[in-house]
Amino acid sequence: MINRYRWWEYLLIYAGMTLFLVFMLAPFVEAFMVSLRPLNEVFRVPYRFIAEGMSFENYVTIWTAQPMLLRWIMNSFGIAVAVTILSMFCSVPAAYAFARFEFKLRGSILAVFLVVSMVGAAVLIIPLYKLMLAAGLLNSYAAMIVPGAAFTVPAGIFLMRSYFMRIPAELEEAAYVDGASRLYTMRRVILPLAVPGMVVVAVTTFITAYAQQFLFALTFNSKNELNPLPVGLFQFFGHETVRWNEIMAASLVGVLPVLVLYVFLQRFIVAGLTAGAVKE
Amino acid sequence: MKTGRDPFPYLLLVPALLLVGLIAAWPIIETFRLSFTNASMRPTQEYVGMENYTKFFNRDFWPVITRTLIWTTLSVSLKLIIGLLGAVLLNAAVPGRALFRVLIMPPWVVPIAVGCFMWAWLYNGQFGMISGLGQRIGLFSGPFEFLAYKQAAFISTVVTDVWIGTPLVALYLLAAMQTVPTDLYEAAWTDGASRFYRFRRITLPLLMPSIATMALLSTIWTFNSFDIIWILTEGGPRGSTTTMIIDTYRTAISRFRYGEGAARAVMILICLSVLSAVYLLMLLRLTRKGRAR
Repeated sequence: MINRYRWWEYLLIYAGMTLFLVFMLAPFVEAFMVSLRPLNEVFRVPYRFIAEGMSFENYVTIWTAQPMLLRWIMNSFGIAVAVTILSMFCSVPAAYAFARFEFKLRGSILAVFLVVSMVGAAVLIIPLYKLMLAAGLLNSYAAMIVPGAAFTVPAGIFLMRSYFMRIPAELEEAAYVDGASRLYTMRRVILPLAVPGMVVVAVTTFITAYAQQFLFALTFNSKNELNPLPVGLFQFFGHETVRWNEIMAASLVGVLPVLVLYVFLQRFIVAGLTAGAVKE
Repeated sequence: MKTGRDPFPYLLLVPALLLVGLIAAWPIIETFRLSFTNASMRPTQEYVGMENYTKFFNRDFWPVITRTLIWTTLSVSLKLIIGLLGAVLLNAAVPGRALFRVLIMPPWVVPIAVGCFMWAWLYNGQFGMISGLGQRIGLFSGPFEFLAYKQAAFISTVVTDVWIGTPLVALYLLAAMQTVPTDLYEAAWTDGASRFYRFRRITLPLLMPSIATMALLSTIWTFNSFDIIWILTEGGPRGSTTTMIIDTYRTAISRFRYGEGAARAVMILICLSVLSAVYLLMLLRLTRKGRAR
């Protein structure tokens, strides 16, 4: 009964939702409409939302008009997967240490991770550039993967730590009493139980890695065949005529996989994003 | 679990410390060192004292930092206001809200750069949708190129940043809202409190810690924002969207003045450390309060 609304309250809620959704989705809708227009309709005055000759032709021709497109999309995926693996390899054991063990410097090390997570990669671009140059990593996948992973590690640690803390410590104590080593206990007792948490961290890390692959590729890479999709497409900006219909078709093809992933895994993603908001 | 001198926890930390130390912690220190040198493309570098800082202060420190503060404040306030309104709507028990929750997230899910491509097209003056529809309803008398005028470009970059940042704020505040015990609402409802009154007297006060946390985190992220402005305007027209980050990147990477760029980056680090200190203090106070309860 408390949740019963009067008619004007319904009206207000749905009007608000519609307004909100228009703001959030209008760019996607227009991008999709542009991707269907032939080029002469893209550059047409006055603007028309529904143009003549709309078809899916651009989705067929982009692959030949831009032969690198498939490569860029694969790069984007490969880089994001590699970032996720490397990031998890670092964050899961560290989170376990913070969740379960008392050791000297524990608080200070945790504070270092917290501070680092506040500093954006762009601020540190100068030493990072010099580092990549010195390590001979410019123009390689590693130059996009390694920094990409490093900046997702702190968030992964904090999220993963809260999952480990929920696993009862008695389990480990029982294993230790039975004479199991610490490493064995972690691998065979704790990690299997932490799988749901690891899925959440992996999915959020992957989406973050996929969403943020611009700066490192722009700065550390000049080989077109190594570019992720965003930087691949960015090259076409600032030219006399930008072929907007093809760029939008390529963009939408590139984001479709993550959108599908999001729709299927949104429950995990929401759990990961809001972990901090829910008190334990 | 007490472990005393057990090396095991330290071993667990090795990969994370190596990676984060090398890629994030060492560069912070190196940025400070470089800021006192005249490092550039040349192989040699000398210490030049405070020269990079005085140069920055004498030339464009104040306009850039004021612009950054306005840009950040404007964007964060809009994200919080729209995000809070969104969370209230998402929390309403009406048919279709599950779908609504799924549909607001795409701006956060897709690559930032791709979102910016879409907005760049919307802002296009001659052929874009906003200018086109604006002309049709008589808002503009002719083509309006959003990214070509100083103020319009400034506002446009803020709008795109708000678009990308709002879904997360809304989702986070919604999660916090759902932890408010329902018996509080029921008690107030029995006493005849109106919906708005319940929101103002129950939801909002209990939500304050989450709003404050999100405000600070969002400020830090927005302050660090690079991709959006770089893709839409590269800091132009005539520097009107050059925030501290853009300014640093341009000085260091586009003009190869590493020393001068580093001095600018140090100023960003100082601003960020003030913000993080506030954040840490707030977290400490919140956990202490939580324990007291």
